Amino acid sequence: MTEEIKVNEKEVVVPGETLATGMGFLPSKGTYREGDNIIAARLGMVHVDRKVIKIIPLSGIYQPKAGDVIIAKIIDVLMSGWKLETNTAYPAMMSMKDATSEYIAKGADLRRYFDVDEYVVAKITNVTTQNLIDLTMRGPGLRKLRGGRVIKVNSNKVPRIIGKHGSMISMVKNATDCKIIVGQNGLVWVDGEPDKEKIAVDTIKKIEEESHVSGLTDLIKSHLEKVTGKKLEITEKGE
Amino acid sequence: MAYKKRFDGRGFDETRPIETKVGIIKKADGSAMFKIGNTVAYAAVYGPRELHPRFLQNPVKGLLRVHYNMMPFSGHGERVRPGTSRRGKEISMVTEKALIPVLDLAEFPNAVVDVFIELPQTDAGTRCAGITAASMALADAGLNMKDLVAAVAVGRVDDQIVVDLTYDEEAYEDGTVADIPVAVLPNSGKVTLLQMDGELKREDLKKALEKAQKTAKDIYEVQKKALKERFKAKEVPK
Amino acid sequence: MSRMTKEHILNALAKGMRFDGRKPEDFREITVEYGVTKSAEGSARVKIGDTEIIAGVKMGVETPYPDTQDKGNLMVNAELLPLSSPDFEPGPPGMEAIELARVVDRGIRESGAIDVKALCITEGEKVWSVMIDICTINSDGNLIDASALAAIAALKDAKFPKYEDEKIDYMEKTDKALPLKKEPVTVTVFKIDSQFIVDPTDEEEKNADARLTAAIIKDGTICAMQKGGDTPLNVDEIDKMLSLAQEKAKEIRSKL
Repeated sequence: MTEEIKVNEKEVVVPGETLATGMGFLPSKGTYREGDNIIAARLGMVHVDRKVIKIIPLSGIYQPKAGDVIIAKIIDVLMSGWKLETNTAYPAMMSMKDATSEYIAKGADLRRYFDVDEYVVAKITNVTTQNLIDLTMRGPGLRKLRGGRVIKVNSNKVPRIIGKHGSMISMVKNATDCKIIVGQNGLVWVDGEPDKEKIAVDTIKKIEEESHVSGLTDLIKSHLEKVTGKKLEITEKGE
Repeated sequence: MAYKKRFDGRGFDETRPIETKVGIIKKADGSAMFKIGNTVAYAAVYGPRELHPRFLQNPVKGLLRVHYNMMPFSGHGERVRPGTSRRGKEISMVTEKALIPVLDLAEFPNAVVDVFIELPQTDAGTRCAGITAASMALADAGLNMKDLVAAVAVGRVDDQIVVDLTYDEEAYEDGTVADIPVAVLPNSGKVTLLQMDGELKREDLKKALEKAQKTAKDIYEVQKKALKERFKAKEVPK
Repeated sequence: MSRMTKEHILNALAKGMRFDGRKPEDFREITVEYGVTKSAEGSARVKIGDTEIIAGVKMGVETPYPDTQDKGNLMVNAELLPLSSPDFEPGPPGMEAIELARVVDRGIRESGAIDVKALCITEGEKVWSVMIDICTINSDGNLIDASALAAIAALKDAKFPKYEDEKIDYMEKTDKALPLKKEPVTVTVFKIDSQFIVDPTDEEEKNADARLTAAIIKDGTICAMQKGGDTPLNVDEIDKMLSLAQEKAKEIRSKL
């Protein structure tokens, strides 16, 4: 029996496309086996790791994962916690004890802590099979957002926007003097001077759009240097 | 009498010219346009998103909800009155059934994926164009899908088995006609939509379905190209 | 609407800038494309930034209304298609769609854009009806101005279908255009806090306090208005908003 990969690494494939034939290959995320063949079960980019074939999504709404830091919006205040919008089909819950290390007295007005319409940076602690999401605000960097605005990006592009060890996003921050927080759920908070903030937002959109260009970091670096007139360095920390 | 040459001069197995594009509606989570001859379908996908009213929520699987609509100026005669029609409701329903087999509804329990199909201009084959556009929009929206869905009307005009009937052919008067909208999973050849108006022999249906399967494969290639085009790495001059 | 976003919009506006870099009185790029659907007697696609509208004109022959025996009928309808925004739902037109259609209708009707007398075929018996349908394709703010522009462009594009032996042949268009006398252009000025802007994005529009729409003909005459939003306007503000609308109307007219 012949064993053959039908597609190239990083090739964009569509549902139903045959990726490989032969039992020697193993179907992983985003693929399935049909007889001898491994078939694409979604649109995305092929990644072959020795004999394991998977598809990296390029589109689609955010899939919540425990441990992810996201930006969420308070949409309701409940008896003993808050309900938040997460940029997914499912709302999240945050209990009083997860919201703050402060002691909240029984019967206290919870809106004094987090009010409807406010944005927070929070961490997912648990996701159930039904996609119910629990959030916490206890941890470094987790906080209520004040000022600025929130933009939406393709959540599948978030790793590129952040860059290796935060290199990409710190470059944008340094170039524009903006405060930026990238939520894994595709919501990005930005706050800066209007002209600089526009550069930051445009650059984030550019990274989102050109995410699969090789040498993206250098490309973004020269773009930012051109529009800001600042000399930049690529550093692998930040966030 | 016999139908020797098609009104628009096409071969009997030939579709009208096809144009298609993915990502035409920015606000949507996925979108596509599919044009075949003078029939144009837009499809937009929203979701998975929260499902209202709540009583429709199913904790085991998500819901696919399709809305098919002709724009008021899209008919070839008088203005089409906007609002729900029995025809529109039925087409929405059969479109759902045509698309569900490739989806994994368990992926989004309690939630909904909404598909909106709108036709700005029509000349027969609207439900097929809608299904074909919708399947591309669903792929664009990043949903898990076993295959795309490609649909085309096949049929019989007088003594000829034909592919992709026009309005003129549906209204052919010198002989009988059968109009058979078919949706096919291009890679397996399985049929997910099958309707028929007119009169037809079983042998002819078999022939017609074979043509539908072959045409679906051709349409799949067009869908594939358009989807890849959308996500292709843009070449950026350094 | 979000308080945080609104404050941030205002902070930027205080420095004369909007999120997308525009000045308060700047429109996004406008394009008008004619004849976009063959099934309509006339049609146009208007894009203002990411907002996209298709308007189509269908014509029919009807008996005239009892009080206008020698005049044709005009009708404007708007569909906020659920395809065009996550905020729109399927179903019968809601308040927003009805208001949109009526505002566009008044601009066309009150300006006398169409010579309705010329639409009369036989007085008291048969007149042409002109039906304009507005459909949103992508909704990113300023639907009123975009819709009004699409409607007037579709009217300009329209040709009578063939009418013979009391029957319309929709498959055959004549080269006779509609009797258009005026071309009203509609501009909406929005108020956010104490600032005025035109052509808002969806995000800006959701955070606006009030709006004033004016349909304006070539000589600057205002022929229809509509105030919207929950906040009152004073006379001085109304005057300022109209003056901005008149100025912008000239610019938009050049796109027709």
